[in-house]
Amino acid sequence: MNILKLLENDSKSVGRREFVEKSFLSFLSLLIPKFLLAEEKSDNIKWILSNEYSPNDHYWAMGIDISKCIGCGRCVEACKKENSVPDEPFFFRTWVERYRILENGETLIDSPNGAMNSFNDEPLEENIIRSFFVPKICNQCDNPPCVQVCPVGATFQTPDGVVLVDSEYCIGCRYCIQACPYGARFLNPETRTAEKCTFCYHRISRGKVPACVEACPTQARIFGEIKKKASPLVRFLRLNKISVLKPYLNTEPKVFYANLDMEVK
Amino acid sequence: MDILEKIISVWKAIVSKWKQFPEQVKRLTVLAVILVALLIIARSILIPSDFGEYGHYRASAVEEIIAQKQNYAGHEICVECHDDMVEIKNHGYHKNVACEVCHGPAAAHAEDPGSAEIRIPRGRGYCPLCHEYLPSRPTGFPQIVAASHNPLKPCINCHDPHDPKPPETPKECEACHATIARTKSLSHHIDVPCTRCHEVPEAHKINPRENLPSKPNSREFCGGCHAENASSPRGIPRIDINTHGERYVCWQCHYPHLPEAR
Repeated sequence: MNILKLLENDSKSVGRREFVEKSFLSFLSLLIPKFLLAEEKSDNIKWILSNEYSPNDHYWAMGIDISKCIGCGRCVEACKKENSVPDEPFFFRTWVERYRILENGETLIDSPNGAMNSFNDEPLEENIIRSFFVPKICNQCDNPPCVQVCPVGATFQTPDGVVLVDSEYCIGCRYCIQACPYGARFLNPETRTAEKCTFCYHRISRGKVPACVEACPTQARIFGEIKKKASPLVRFLRLNKISVLKPYLNTEPKVFYANLDMEVK
Repeated sequence: MDILEKIISVWKAIVSKWKQFPEQVKRLTVLAVILVALLIIARSILIPSDFGEYGHYRASAVEEIIAQKQNYAGHEICVECHDDMVEIKNHGYHKNVACEVCHGPAAAHAEDPGSAEIRIPRGRGYCPLCHEYLPSRPTGFPQIVAASHNPLKPCINCHDPHDPKPPETPKECEACHATIARTKSLSHHIDVPCTRCHEVPEAHKINPRENLPSKPNSREFCGGCHAENASSPRGIPRIDINTHGERYVCWQCHYPHLPEAR
């Protein structure tokens, strides 16, 4: 009968008990968005995809050993062929950069056609002090800036730690391309949607390694789980000096580099 | 029945309250209710039903992504038919190079070996992608300068790509130590053979890291040519080996492969 009393009471003065009751009712309205918004309901959902792969049981990451990379660009070719990435030389899900640090302190960085056809050794005027190749790929950040900025929920992180793009739902606004500090995203010229490395999600969910890892002739790329003790990647992380790209951005990348030079940005 | 009566009485109270509201408030309230209802209807039509099932995204998007076609079959599958080739490859230097690195994406070939051909790079263009000399490549990785390494001859004439041993062990040191050879060829030491300073065990050519060549270990070794009383040709720079930089060994200041460098 409290509601009845509330409604019948016309006087301006509000009693203590009445105040508490009215404020309780008003606070209930805070629950309205709960019913209107699509929010994550539970982390404990038993999630099994059609090929009997459960994303909750895995946590993927990649290790890249700079001292093993020969810059042959086989990973770039494999990625393009596996994922039907457009042929033009500015669309890459993975690419290889060459760093040349010269005697005068200058650093030359190049990646002709993403290293698809390897590199040329054109002579330089300055002497090279040191030089190496750096394969680049989406870092599959634990704290991904691209997911935060998507206005429609077309890019998201799966429970196994991979950041994916829903190309059906993407509206092509390019916020995520701007937000990515590693330049790992591009707008597909045919579909007009954002595109990026998926760690070959269609392969890893079937027990295979990503195409770039398969195609690397020197095992510079190592793919695997980071939450299981007996994985080759965990051993790689234990035995090497590991760094990540742009650690100060707090994106928490899951692509780990061994023997990375300080010059690499 | 008690509850029903309660509800009726609350309803009546609401209605009587409603009648006391001013006309403009009533109209605005009705408008607001209609707008909210429209919003909810539009939302249920526009947003897919599985949106939000796992998070702020369409649950079926993940299924669509994993339905993508695979083009690279993976090296595990090749051995089922080509076990002889894989056996040869497993004992050679290319044992860790997956088949599809050279032969290209082979999922279609694995499905239907008869009709789907795979790439067989027989020309001179493909091997140099990995083996052309680039200063950025890691030391020790086998490299050649394609322009001067048997020009125009296809690589597979001499090297079996499945077991790429060199046809014979190279006699010249520069086949492996290209950077040093190039540096030395620009220096005054161009005519000094490697073996003048390094003693090379024969086994070094087969098992290089197990059988390392020797290096000079004393000032007197360099003094053999550069000391004032050495019996070397005139014109070679001479120093007084007893006073010149006495506390150091020579290669702490001079790089023997390019001695004029500072």
